[in-house]
Amino acid sequence: MLKIEDLHATVAGKPILNGLTLTVPTGEIHAIMGPNGAGKSTLAYVLGGRPGYEVTEGSVTFDGRDLFAMEPHERAAAGMFLGFQYPVEIPGVSYLQFLRESLNSQLRARGEKELSGAEFIRLSKDKAALLGMDAEMLKRPVNVGFSGGEKKRAEMVQMGIMDPKLAILDETDSGLDIDALKAVGAGINAIMRDPQKSVLLITHYQRLLDYVTPDQVHVLSKGRIVRSGGPELAHELEREGYAEAAA
Amino acid sequence: MTALPTRKLEAYRYADIDALASVWSELAPAERVGIAAQQKLQQIWLPNGDEVEVRRVEMTLQTGAIARIFALNNAARYGRIELDVTMHDGADFALYGANIGGSNSTLEIVTTLRHIAPGATSRQTVRSVLGGKATGSFLGRIEVAREGQQTDAEQSVKAMLLDRGATANAKPELEIFADDVKCAHGATVGELDRNQLFYAAARGLGPVAARALLLEGFVAGLWDDIEGDDLGIAELAREALRKVAA
Repeated sequence: MLKIEDLHATVAGKPILNGLTLTVPTGEIHAIMGPNGAGKSTLAYVLGGRPGYEVTEGSVTFDGRDLFAMEPHERAAAGMFLGFQYPVEIPGVSYLQFLRESLNSQLRARGEKELSGAEFIRLSKDKAALLGMDAEMLKRPVNVGFSGGEKKRAEMVQMGIMDPKLAILDETDSGLDIDALKAVGAGINAIMRDPQKSVLLITHYQRLLDYVTPDQVHVLSKGRIVRSGGPELAHELEREGYAEAAA
Repeated sequence: MTALPTRKLEAYRYADIDALASVWSELAPAERVGIAAQQKLQQIWLPNGDEVEVRRVEMTLQTGAIARIFALNNAARYGRIELDVTMHDGADFALYGANIGGSNSTLEIVTTLRHIAPGATSRQTVRSVLGGKATGSFLGRIEVAREGQQTDAEQSVKAMLLDRGATANAKPELEIFADDVKCAHGATVGELDRNQLFYAAARGLGPVAARALLLEGFVAGLWDDIEGDDLGIAELAREALRKVAA
């Protein structure tokens, strides 16, 4: 599904990723853990195609295609979903309008049939219910006045609506209380635990992994993967800290 | 017919005088609109499709009268809305205006509000979306006479520049002779937010669709208070935004 090879990237001329190699096979959930400044968010943004994040070396293939040949919106249409660490507020634009236009734009790009207003409302209600979010919130402007936890839940509702092949979730667990964490974990399992789908879960802490069991855990340090292992590696990190585990 | 104004005149400071000259000889005198005491008037001003369009209105609100003006200013070359409002006791006036244009267009809304009696309220909300080398201006003069105690006047002016060559002007001008009044004005000029653009792209919106959607958000609310049929102003504004976003 996702194959990253010897990836180097800079932000404002400063090298952040320094030869990152990682493969996420179809049907698997992989977690990337690492201390602040290791390059976790940079990896997410590079994969999403955020302007200002420059790839200087290496390659990424997504579902057999050259990722860097695609614009950010084309990556979304190809089935990639980027869950934001800090979801963005868009005053004046309702969530329903934002998501319907986004989804239909993806469907058009894939040559599939667009959803009618009624079909979309039904879909968004289902996905909101799945995440334990009041569907009325989707009538409000995108993320405006949402609490930290509500924003993250809303990211997962969006993921449910977009139904991607690959989700890259950048610290989706940060800022969540325990109930929201459970709901988000259950949402990830319900939406993405599928033999045809993959997840790259970027996180600081082990606690989300209590609800979403990864197939593999990787430790990112100074822009490279320094260790990989099974789910037990997350517990080891939690016990011993990154400095020890990455040594 | 009076002489063609020059840009030395404050009210024509940002005007396209050449464009104005092309229609000056056939320009009708300002339309006079009177609203009787306690009556309410709503008007929706749509562009008429001419390359150069100048609309001049002198409005008088009698005691307790209410006026709601919704204006879309987006002539291809030069659009000018000139509004002179005189307000009596407790009158209530609101203008919601949008300047939307690209290429070399010049769009301006020029208002003079005269609070000549106590207790009148005025609200002016203007949003400009400008691409290419377009210029969008709001010149808002508020005169509060000595008798205009308890005047409550407010201007909110925001402009969004889509290209480097675009220009926005916002010029509030207050002349106040009463001592118990509230006159607020705020003006901002900005550009589309990169974080919002990337967020929309990450959800699958192409650059043009993303810009158009964010611009809709920027002008959102302008037409919310229209009562009854909006005569298509929201859809026309949306089309104009899509065009300028492309």
